[in-house]
Amino acid sequence: MLEEIKFYQTGSNTVGNRLLNPSMRTIQASGDRPNTLISGHRACQGCGEALGARYAIDAAMRATGGQLIVCNATGCLEVFSTPYPESAWRLPWIHSLFGNTAAVGSGIAAAAKVRAQRHGDQTVPRVIAQGGDGGTTDIGFGPLSGMFERNDDVLYICYDNQAYMNTGVQRSSATPPSARTATTMPIGAEPGADWGKGKNVPLIAMAHGIPYVATASVADLRDLERKVEKAMSFHGARYIQVLVPCPLGWGVKSQLTVTCARLACETGFYPIFEAEYGRVTGVRKIRQQQPVLNFLKVQRRFAHLTGKKADPKVLARVQAMCDENIKSFGLLGDDDPQPAPTAVQALERAERI
Amino acid sequence: MMTKPFATTLDPATSLANHTGSWRTLRPVNVFKIPPCNKQCPAGENIQQWLYYAAEGDYERAWRILTENNPFPACMGRVCYHTCETKCNRGFLDESVGINSVERFLGDYALDHKLSFQKPTRETGKKVLVIGAGPAGLSAAYHLRRFGHTVHIVEQGEEPGGMMRYGIPVYRLPRSILDAEIDRIKDMGVTIECGRKVDDIIAEKQNGKYDAVVLGVGAGLSANVNIPQGDANHILTALDVLKEIETKGDIQIARRVAVYGGGNTAVDVARSLRRIGAEPIIVYRRNRDKMPASEEEMDDAIKEGIQVKWLSTIAGATKDSLKIEKMKLDETGYPQPTGEFEELPADAVILAAGQNCDLEPVKKIEGIKFEKDSVNVDSSSLMTDVPGIFAAGDMIKGDRTVTAAIGMGKHAARGVNAYLKGAKYERAAKHDEAKFEDMHPWYYSDAPKTVRPMLELARRTSTFDEVQHGLTEENAVFEAQRCLSCGNCMECDNCYGVCPDSAINKLGPGKGYEFNYDYCKGCGVCAQECPCGHIKMVPEKI
Amino acid sequence: MDNNQKGLEQIEGSLGVAKAVALARPGVVCAYPISPQTHIVENVGKFVKGGALKNCEFLNVESEFSAMSVAIGSSAGGARTYTATASQGLLYMVEGIYNASGLGLPIVMTVASRAIGAPINIWNDHSDSLSQRDSGWLQLFCESNQDAVDTHIMAFKIAETVGLPVMVCMDGFVLTHAFERLQLPSQEQVDAFLPEYQPREFLDPKEPISMGAMVDPDAFTEVRFLQQRKMVKALDVIEKVTKEYREITGSKSGGLLDCYNCDGADLKLIILGSTVGTAKDAIDELQAQGNKVGIISLKSFRPFPYEALRAAIGDTKNVVVVERAFSFGARGIIAPEVERACKGMGTHISTALCGLGGRAIYGTTIKDVVAYAQAGKFQEEFTWFDINSAVLNRYLKDSEGITLPDGPLAESQLCESVRKVLA
Repeated sequence: MLEEIKFYQTGSNTVGNRLLNPSMRTIQASGDRPNTLISGHRACQGCGEALGARYAIDAAMRATGGQLIVCNATGCLEVFSTPYPESAWRLPWIHSLFGNTAAVGSGIAAAAKVRAQRHGDQTVPRVIAQGGDGGTTDIGFGPLSGMFERNDDVLYICYDNQAYMNTGVQRSSATPPSARTATTMPIGAEPGADWGKGKNVPLIAMAHGIPYVATASVADLRDLERKVEKAMSFHGARYIQVLVPCPLGWGVKSQLTVTCARLACETGFYPIFEAEYGRVTGVRKIRQQQPVLNFLKVQRRFAHLTGKKADPKVLARVQAMCDENIKSFGLLGDDDPQPAPTAVQALERAERI
Repeated sequence: MMTKPFATTLDPATSLANHTGSWRTLRPVNVFKIPPCNKQCPAGENIQQWLYYAAEGDYERAWRILTENNPFPACMGRVCYHTCETKCNRGFLDESVGINSVERFLGDYALDHKLSFQKPTRETGKKVLVIGAGPAGLSAAYHLRRFGHTVHIVEQGEEPGGMMRYGIPVYRLPRSILDAEIDRIKDMGVTIECGRKVDDIIAEKQNGKYDAVVLGVGAGLSANVNIPQGDANHILTALDVLKEIETKGDIQIARRVAVYGGGNTAVDVARSLRRIGAEPIIVYRRNRDKMPASEEEMDDAIKEGIQVKWLSTIAGATKDSLKIEKMKLDETGYPQPTGEFEELPADAVILAAGQNCDLEPVKKIEGIKFEKDSVNVDSSSLMTDVPGIFAAGDMIKGDRTVTAAIGMGKHAARGVNAYLKGAKYERAAKHDEAKFEDMHPWYYSDAPKTVRPMLELARRTSTFDEVQHGLTEENAVFEAQRCLSCGNCMECDNCYGVCPDSAINKLGPGKGYEFNYDYCKGCGVCAQECPCGHIKMVPEKI
Repeated sequence: MDNNQKGLEQIEGSLGVAKAVALARPGVVCAYPISPQTHIVENVGKFVKGGALKNCEFLNVESEFSAMSVAIGSSAGGARTYTATASQGLLYMVEGIYNASGLGLPIVMTVASRAIGAPINIWNDHSDSLSQRDSGWLQLFCESNQDAVDTHIMAFKIAETVGLPVMVCMDGFVLTHAFERLQLPSQEQVDAFLPEYQPREFLDPKEPISMGAMVDPDAFTEVRFLQQRKMVKALDVIEKVTKEYREITGSKSGGLLDCYNCDGADLKLIILGSTVGTAKDAIDELQAQGNKVGIISLKSFRPFPYEALRAAIGDTKNVVVVERAFSFGARGIIAPEVERACKGMGTHISTALCGLGGRAIYGTTIKDVVAYAQAGKFQEEFTWFDINSAVLNRYLKDSEGITLPDGPLAESQLCESVRKVLA
């Protein structure tokens, strides 16, 4: 549907578009969007996660006609949205623990199904479980994998800001190599996070053969909304990982949240793709390719890669990582993704990057 | 109702009690910058705004906004040299927006749909005399009429239009278009009296009991160039040639014609002569870079087979040849004689070295002052040194283009209006220009300018049919939608969407947005992501 | 068949519990296998898959942590929820256990009590359930499989009335795997006793709420105070629900505690769980010999029924708590609670520690405890009653050059053995 948009002022790149057929407009452009995560929350200025969460949950609200329940892992999103006595949520929402969100989601989905059966309801509320990268790729990984393999009717959304931000920016398994965190300081012979560590959870999710897996970012709202709506069109376990820059943790100016996410995508640093039943079905192509340096240099967490004392070999290695993503996921031109895209961590470990 | 436990369960949206606006150290505000097209437009058209509505397909509204500044969109869409497009920020992305062709589309749309100007809602009872029904005079009359004044134009020529009729060839401006747009002004109640020259302006004013006069005397006299000539070489002026072609449709002239000059008139004459079978060659003393003629018109002329002799002056003429002196440019770009000569076969010379105004009647007005050959006017109100007498167009300092004249006519009308109310017209200060650096070009999608369908080259050199065709509706909308809306809101919803705090309210179509300072934390994402550069962050007063 | 004969079955305890759970019509059952809980959830799973238990989702999860988490989700989602675990599994779900009670979710969970490793041990004691003493769950102990059947059904009603989760603790293997004649109530009786679940709050798009907020020092103490109030309220609820259940079914199960042979007894044993049955038989034999010993079967460990226990102990000055777990570096876990209950009454209270890691408590064990108590040998608060010094000495003699005497070892003997080596 997006391909049909012929609006040359901004095409499909802006949030809204007064010139589009209303049915093709984004939810975020709507004057009466759900605003499931409403004003007054205590997220930092320019919080990518707050933005990503509203984008995603609003889209799911539209897709489900408001029949939606969300459970939330411990983390920034939970803390800034529901400190007693104020909640910023406008839909049924629960926070249980840090590492159990996927399982809580399974429980809610089971309860929703049973309640509907017992009360003769036609519609069964749908469930989204959400958390940060720490709660998803690390501590919550077991329950996540369990939810996947059971194919429970839960959409899991990981807001990936690539470290434990709530506790003060410590490394997670989603932290990219060389990134500075409080536990991977830019000191010693190999400053920042180690190379050859970490995991590609979207690819792992695909290996479960679940109906739908996608990555997205806050820089491309239409893509994100479309993916959430598509995810809600499937039943069973689904996984969307949204890149959400953290101004505080990344050392990015608060106004650059969206721009920084865009640079991550346009450099190949963060491949945006989608997969159905374990196979890649779509890739968001790079529109205006840029060297990864442009992404790195706006972030203090990579300052040691771009400053005067930077080791050009490390920068070249990061660029090689991006190039590998571009090749593997077919992010440029008419290239098709490789049938089995490779996690860059594998290439790092094999010292091919 | 549920029984909710204390503290661990919360009611929805209760965070609204938490006014995070108190965190803010920077505050987003809207800035209104003038788009470079608008800044450049001699007629002061609000181009961004009428493109906005054209893009929506609301052509009438677009046309009405356009004609708030310029009553001749169909004409201007054909003859304006559209310097706006050279300033268009879209040029940094791909190609400039085809503003001129959309203007023509709107002008033609209005003619096709017989749209008329609104008559003034209130008659002031004041009478204004306009001398000259050229673009300046007609524009002044139009704007004066909009103010509710009674306007009468006296025109020396047989028909109204001035240089639009007698200076611009038909292949660029079909007369039916010109007539229709003039008629629309007449329909507002403006009266035009043709074929009479006003020799005593003061007497005319007094006899007619006019409260004010606008002088719109065009440059109808070709400048003379002294060419030492033998007895037989045919030397004509460009305006005479164009006028004869306009009135008779043809001119008896030799085959090999040298057109002497580098302005638009030279090009118009050369192209007109080409159409009646002559072989014109333009002789110009400087090079192409220094040529004042419109680049586009010149390109078309060369495509049509018109030759140019650059860096050349005519030092003398005999019956069938010209003595050409080669020139070279000095460091300042002025041509200097080289003392080298050559022969150029030519049976006639047409002088297109500029035009002058017939200012004899004006000079008779007591107290009126001149600066060189131009009437001295107040730069805002365009009032001459004689109270109640205003001047616009070629007779005052400024560009001698139709568009400039229309702009001057507008300002003169505003000057008159203020004068009639006992006030003085001061032009509003212009906003800062919206620069490309202020924009966020990522958001604009890639789209090349629509190429206007062109008449086949072979055909257009033999007839006076219009060379450039208008855009189809689809193309016009496409073109309008390419506008970047520099420095002004285009309601793309980006600010509304990207705010992590939902602290921007959307007010509905045409109404834009407002910042909700109760919750805005001042992160600046809205300003960063506004495609148009319409938002800036300013320090919060603490 | 008369009503009493109807529903009487000779079945394994686990199956009995599974049937009881099914009678309560749970909406969601989730479990991760761990001995000795397995037979319970296997049977519930079978009922769901076979269609005997309708409109119920059975989830095979990948860990106990997820079992508790699914239970949290489904309970918050408005479904009557059941799970079961034991030992290591219970500990693996601890974070969720505290969370469930903090959120006030009326989950019912069976703990098929089993020792905690290391050393790994699959047999029964109470170290797992008692480790969750402070978790905010109600903890109801079952003395028999009939008690377990009835207590499970009552547990749902108690949990849903109080707004707190309930652990039903039954001894692993000793009860779960024992075949007994069990009286199952009819579905009609259970339906009359326990109507369709009406959650007091749940995740409902019609009435959105945010559950599980972060509470700062401003209100945290108050939240805890209110949780404690629920616990206190639970004492009353347990008694009322028991009464109601007994009236409908004719059962004798449940209650805060149960007194056996207590009238006029000058020694009372306080016992949790299946040991009560063994003890009753032993005491019956002693009674026949003219030796009157009472047994207080403590059913509700949390909330702890201080007043009921004080009344049950009454004038009796000699009380021994038979404990199957203890607190490292301290002493018994239950005895200090009994001390609190009897404060100012001049009661002598001591712990007889026995039955750890599945070491069987026989009738003789109970008789030995009684003899020991009546001989006035429980001079100290804490005695390792059922310990094999021969096993210990084989190790201690080689490693530290000491030996310990045969028979029960008082805490002071343990301390002295340490001092001897240090000296």
